[in-house]
Amino acid sequence: MDIKFTGPEPTSAERLAVDAVLGPPESAWAGGKRNMDLEGRISLLGGSKARSFRDRLLPAFHAVKERFGWIPPGAFHYICKRLTVPPAEAYGVATFYHLFSMEHRKPTEVHVCEDIACRIKGSGELFNALVNAHACSTEIGIRKSPCLGLCERAPAALILKSGEQPTGGAIGCATPGNVQDALTTNSFPDQQQNWLTHSVPQLGQPQLRLLARVGHTLPQSISGYQATGGFEGLTNAIAIGPLAIINEVIASGLMGRGGAAFPTGKKWEAVAHASGPTKYVVCNADESEPGTFKDRVLLEGDPLAVIEGMAIAGIASGATKGYIYIRGEYPLSVNRVQNAIDASLASGWLGSNIQGSGHTFHIEIRKGAGAYICGEETALFNSIEGKRGEPRNKPPYPVHVGLFGKPTLINNVETLANIPWILRLGGAEYAGIGTGNSKGQKLFCVSGHVANPGVFETPFGITLKQLIALAGGTPSGAPIKAILLGGAAGTFVGPDQMDVPLTFEGTRAIGASLGSGVVMVFDETTDLGDILVRIAAFFRDESCGQCVPCRVGAIRQEELMQRLRVGQPKGSAGQEVSLLGEIAQVMRDASICGLGHTASGAIQSALRIFGTRTMQKPVPEVKP
Amino acid sequence: MSDSSYWFQPPPRPSLIPMRPQTPISPPVEVSIDGEKVSVPAGSTILDACKKIGRDTPTICYHDTLEPVNVCRVCVVEVEGSRILVPSCSRKVEPEMVIQTASDRVRHSRKMVLEFLQSSVDLSTAPQILDQARRYQTNPARYGDPSPPAIQNERDHHHAGHHEIPSGEMAQTVAQPPKVDNNLYVRDYAKCLLCYKCVEACGTDAQNTFAIAVAGRGFDGRISTEYNKPLPDSACVYCGNCIAVCPTGALSFKSEFDMRQAGTWDESLQTQTDTICSYCGVGCTLTLHVQENKIVKVTSPFEQEITEGNLCIKGRFGYSHVQNIEE
Ligand SMILES: Cc1cc2nc3c(=O)[nH]c(=O)nc-3n(C[C@H](O)[C@H](O)[C@H](O)COP(=O)(O)O)c2cc1C
Ligand code: SF4
Ligand code: SF4
Ligand code: SF4
Ligand code: FES
Ligand code: FES
Repeated sequence: MDIKFTGPEPTSAERLAVDAVLGPPESAWAGGKRNMDLEGRISLLGGSKARSFRDRLLPAFHAVKERFGWIPPGAFHYICKRLTVPPAEAYGVATFYHLFSMEHRKPTEVHVCEDIACRIKGSGELFNALVNAHACSTEIGIRKSPCLGLCERAPAALILKSGEQPTGGAIGCATPGNVQDALTTNSFPDQQQNWLTHSVPQLGQPQLRLLARVGHTLPQSISGYQATGGFEGLTNAIAIGPLAIINEVIASGLMGRGGAAFPTGKKWEAVAHASGPTKYVVCNADESEPGTFKDRVLLEGDPLAVIEGMAIAGIASGATKGYIYIRGEYPLSVNRVQNAIDASLASGWLGSNIQGSGHTFHIEIRKGAGAYICGEETALFNSIEGKRGEPRNKPPYPVHVGLFGKPTLINNVETLANIPWILRLGGAEYAGIGTGNSKGQKLFCVSGHVANPGVFETPFGITLKQLIALAGGTPSGAPIKAILLGGAAGTFVGPDQMDVPLTFEGTRAIGASLGSGVVMVFDETTDLGDILVRIAAFFRDESCGQCVPCRVGAIRQEELMQRLRVGQPKGSAGQEVSLLGEIAQVMRDASICGLGHTASGAIQSALRIFGTRTMQKPVPEVKP
Repeated sequence: MSDSSYWFQPPPRPSLIPMRPQTPISPPVEVSIDGEKVSVPAGSTILDACKKIGRDTPTICYHDTLEPVNVCRVCVVEVEGSRILVPSCSRKVEPEMVIQTASDRVRHSRKMVLEFLQSSVDLSTAPQILDQARRYQTNPARYGDPSPPAIQNERDHHHAGHHEIPSGEMAQTVAQPPKVDNNLYVRDYAKCLLCYKCVEACGTDAQNTFAIAVAGRGFDGRISTEYNKPLPDSACVYCGNCIAVCPTGALSFKSEFDMRQAGTWDESLQTQTDTICSYCGVGCTLTLHVQENKIVKVTSPFEQEITEGNLCIKGRFGYSHVQNIEE
């Protein structure tokens, strides 16, 4: 490669921030002092060796962002030089992610969620109040954010402070007051003991399996974990070997919990049979579907279970390296998982020769940087590889050509958290829980207008009505207007569908889908038009922009929803609805990835049930 | 020098002219397209098969000399057993594939893709795409009048994940003033439909210079140098290979751009003459486009097996001495 590096030299602080994550430069090629012994007159690090650093790009950007709050040109060019990445390409990568800014930003940023669950709980007012309070601040910037994965405690905010000692954390039930407190005291609610107890209303109940340890055992305590059955699954797995592990997972009937509901055993088998010595296991912890927060609760509350699941997946598939890709908005999860990885390594449950078995498995965390699309599996691979998070065309599928072009087993956090349990219990017994095609227990993310929002764990088979009752019904007892199943990429159903069993087959029968387990409840008072407009805006923001149907379709859909919102349709409302249908169809049929395929689903379902009149702002009743 | 010093002996002459290695022949694959059986070599794409029986399939982001990126989705076809339509330009044929190229779903998607592009991009210098749009009877007007153009460099500052909520009254576009920052070529991104071809040509598919890449996200995606630097400050080497593959005229010779602005560009007055570049031993084929006895641009035939239509700055732009006429 012949790369021209342009741009300013790094300041010493910029150089330090980059070196802290990449290590000191070894040679002049990488921006250091010329080392004649190493280099002589040839370039030591050209060609394929240079290209193999590319995946450090995002970690390096993160380091610079955490130090300065943005990515200054000097640091940017230094990173390009260190990693041998052409600056134009690196710029394309950095500008893809909304947590990275190429323009100067204030060192502290408060991200205020403007997504569905939060906007019905007053996030708009919160945002305005914070903007007013910090209008003249040179230190603190206020920004809107898509769902922060804290919907059970809406409205949510996330503080990210850059500097020599970067810090930050999430704030649930945010008010101008508690945000201000966190800003001044630098202590964040998510570091407090009882943080997770608010997220799990069923805390302490005996039927919990996936959530059993959440809020009870210390997340990185190996002894606490083992005292509650931890690592028994891995021990069994080591004893029975890859083939038998896969058979247990197939027998369990486990289906992926990431949204696509693909049979997990089949996926594992395909990766195990794929040819080639190098394979990877990837845990998809990018959880950004509006309304979803179950993976966060697992990562914060029981990270060892996810790690154990990944290690078992490694043994089964023949992979020795795993990545866990955690969204950038989850600093606490990153922290907890890292501690759990370190503790597992120290106690021999990870690393080379796990518990003397001869199996090797290492896990590396990769942080996302603000992009919903990076939850799509192939976009996630590209993101880890240091590229723009653009989905790849399929086929080939990840089981054959995945991360770094190698066969890859990718599963959702919750899917992997089920694995130790299956290996402990035996696949057949696990399959005894649940219904026809939906086996085991499921985490549901219940939010919106319910008395006790949070993650609920129940065996498959519970109906929508029962689940909402479990969450205490609507707080005021007000009638329910609509329920959003599966998140922004999901489907609205009306109160007449309350008896639907929340299983894969049950939801499919009514033309909905379980998706990632989102159940968002809206009572009678909800301005549904506002929510639908937000969903349209969400997809306009989050489309990667690669393919025409989704890139332009998302923007035309948003414009059209705005016209319906303000009551100024082009032609009749009926014409608009049919145009919206045409847009939806091309997005569904011709887009590259699942984002485009599902970007119209929620809107279409809502308009089918409630008609275009639901779009208009409710007129406040005038009292005579 | 003694006879034993063998080190200066030239290597033996090759007995054959170096040629591309032969690709092994694998058995052909038979597929059905609109009910008609077609047999094509294994490894062919559906598009190859369509072309073989004269099914005219629109393509925009596809180019014979570039790796398919399959992003425009105008070439989609229906394949039995696939829930979604598949891009014919990149999907390889499989035995017994049943393909529909003219179903309602296919026609609808193609129409919408073309209509979406018309409603958001200036296609005035892309006559082939406009032809296709007419064929599929698009009606871009139904999205409203185009919104006014952005000011210079405004779109280059759009931040991923944050946009102004539109009123919906007008259709948003990528309209913006052209970037004229050098004497050789102009980047008029109001005409850019983000086909990724120029990025591929600048990168691993031809030039390996990596001066431009896709930046931003979603509808704010754009082709950019790092920090939106002007071309002379970037890594660009002015080979012009990006201009050669641009399907919309977003990238054009400065000479063509100026003439179009002045209203003097007239392809009916132009002749094309092939010659050999005399600057170096590679000997690239040059096609000189001449209007009124002046070279107005230089291309190179893509069919040229060795160079595949690529040139360097000398062949592409080094022609002014030929016509150094006092004006
Ligand atoms: C736009 C989009 C976003 C996605 N986001 C996530 C996500 O955040 N987490 C996740 O596990 N799967 C997500 N998926 C699904 C993944 O592509 C993939 O199916 C999943 O990780 C597979 O894991 P599973 O088999 O365990 O469900 C997303 C898919 C799409 C199309
Ligand atoms: S469907 Fe949307 S998100 Fe997916 S590849 Fe296409 S533009 Fe990107
Ligand atoms: S400038 Fe031309 S070649 Fe490049 S992406 Fe745009 S339309 Fe395609
Ligand atoms: S175009 Fe460039 S590479 Fe080709 S013959 Fe001319 S000088 Fe040589
Ligand atoms: S955190 Fe606000 S909607 Fe999820
Ligand atoms: S030509 Fe096939 S997707 Fe663009």
